[in-house]
Amino acid sequence: MIKLIGVLLIILGFAFKLDTIAVVLVSGIVTGMVGALGLSEVLTILGKAFVDTRYMTVFLVTLPVIGLLERYGLKEQAAEMISRLKTVTAGKILSIYMVIRTVAAAVSLRLGGHVQFIRPLILPMAEGAASKSSGELETQDVEEIKGLAAAVENYGNFFGQNVFVASGGVLLVVGTLSELGYPIEPLDAAKAAIPGAVIATLLAIVQFIWYDRKLRSKYTTKAPRNRQSGE
Amino acid sequence: MQNTLLQGLYVLSGLVSLFTAISALTDAKHPARLGTALFWSLLGLIFIFGELIPSLLVGVMILIMGVLTALNRVSFGSMTGASDDFRLQQAKRIGAWLFIPALSIAVFAFGIAQFTTLGGLVGLGIGAVVATVLALAITKAPAKTAINDGSRLLQQIGSASILPQLLAALGALFNAAGVGQVIAEGISAVIPSHNVIFGVIAYAVGMALFTIIMGNAFAAFAVITAGIGVPFVLSQGANPAVAGILALTAGYCGTLMTPMAANFNVVPAAVLEMRDKNGVMKTQVPIALAMLVIHIVLILVLAF
Repeated sequence: MIKLIGVLLIILGFAFKLDTIAVVLVSGIVTGMVGALGLSEVLTILGKAFVDTRYMTVFLVTLPVIGLLERYGLKEQAAEMISRLKTVTAGKILSIYMVIRTVAAAVSLRLGGHVQFIRPLILPMAEGAASKSSGELETQDVEEIKGLAAAVENYGNFFGQNVFVASGGVLLVVGTLSELGYPIEPLDAAKAAIPGAVIATLLAIVQFIWYDRKLRSKYTTKAPRNRQSGE
Repeated sequence: MQNTLLQGLYVLSGLVSLFTAISALTDAKHPARLGTALFWSLLGLIFIFGELIPSLLVGVMILIMGVLTALNRVSFGSMTGASDDFRLQQAKRIGAWLFIPALSIAVFAFGIAQFTTLGGLVGLGIGAVVATVLALAITKAPAKTAINDGSRLLQQIGSASILPQLLAALGALFNAAGVGQVIAEGISAVIPSHNVIFGVIAYAVGMALFTIIMGNAFAAFAVITAGIGVPFVLSQGANPAVAGILALTAGYCGTLMTPMAANFNVVPAAVLEMRDKNGVMKTQVPIALAMLVIHIVLILVLAF
């Protein structure tokens, strides 16, 4: 049981939002010590594993070009192209963004973000479409559309990213499994992420279209009643 | 051939890290100049020299890096990105051409992984070099700008960039100390140990639950794979690449449901000015639960 102390340290460290790197290191060292390894042995295992898994951090080589492209307006260009889309309902706008976001994640394009894309672009487009077809929205419906707009960013990002062969997730799986004695190829892992990405996209679209239908039935049945009370 | 190219890739990555150290060191307004420079220098040296440094010494270097982050001595400096006006103006001038270098990274990574024996990582490296050359040609920016922007981004990402590697190392330590066996013994008291279906359910649900508790699927993966994945799923003959990646995304289902993943769930609710700060999570719960069930089915179907 005492060997689980490292797991406990990780849980507590993350729960109290302590420095992540330090928490992981302390957990590893303590676990090694209670597992009857000496300090130098622990540091040797740590150092060897770190050198063996350098491939997990080679995304560093992409940073200069990504930084350069962002300086020259990559995100602004993407936003401009998305804003030209002409779609009639909130659900359709969110569905299209879901596809774009998933594909972008799958090819490792850093397009997206709640601050960069959802708040200035996707949410206003979705809200605009919804109020165009349904009139003034009630607070609860605006709240729901915000929830969906925030969620689409996460869905696309999470389930699309591991389709990229050198994504952080794929390399984590490769690195961890090889340290545990199961060497695998990154490409095999990336391919296995494709069905999940497709299914997540479909499920998300169902959720968005569901919202459209709910909104339509709510505001079309209410509209005549409003007119009556106005007379 | 593949090894030589990989070594070259490590050297390039190390150089990005060393340039970051230099840019921190020469940044007079940097709030943690020396600590930040030391952190990225150590990482750069480990990347470039790797196996040439004794493992024990690498361990000590990592320990120093951990002390630096724990004391908050690794931070972002005073470098700034381009102004909004500049970015908009450049986006208009260059147009959709900007996507070509961005996409070439993925095209090379996938193409080289699929059609050669060099692997996706070498592809990523070649793609990055090609993309950098293309981007410099398209934007007509001086090479120094790319180096500065790389350093700026790496400082922004900060020490979190080495977290996946540390978690893999943690997995190695857990393995050496026998943590997996302890968890496995505990679980086998609850579920039959040779039942593939129960094993897969325990692996996927364990990933989601642990991620909910920790807010980080990457950290959960090291622990749960050692404790549940290996003894209950991989040792039963599952395809490790398939089961592993799907277990990780089963963990992401947990990420969608936890306030511990504040960046994804709580901060966006504030950014969008929602009344209910749990509103994002509530929206995500049905999809997250459905995807968790689907992941269990996918592992059972695709990995066996």
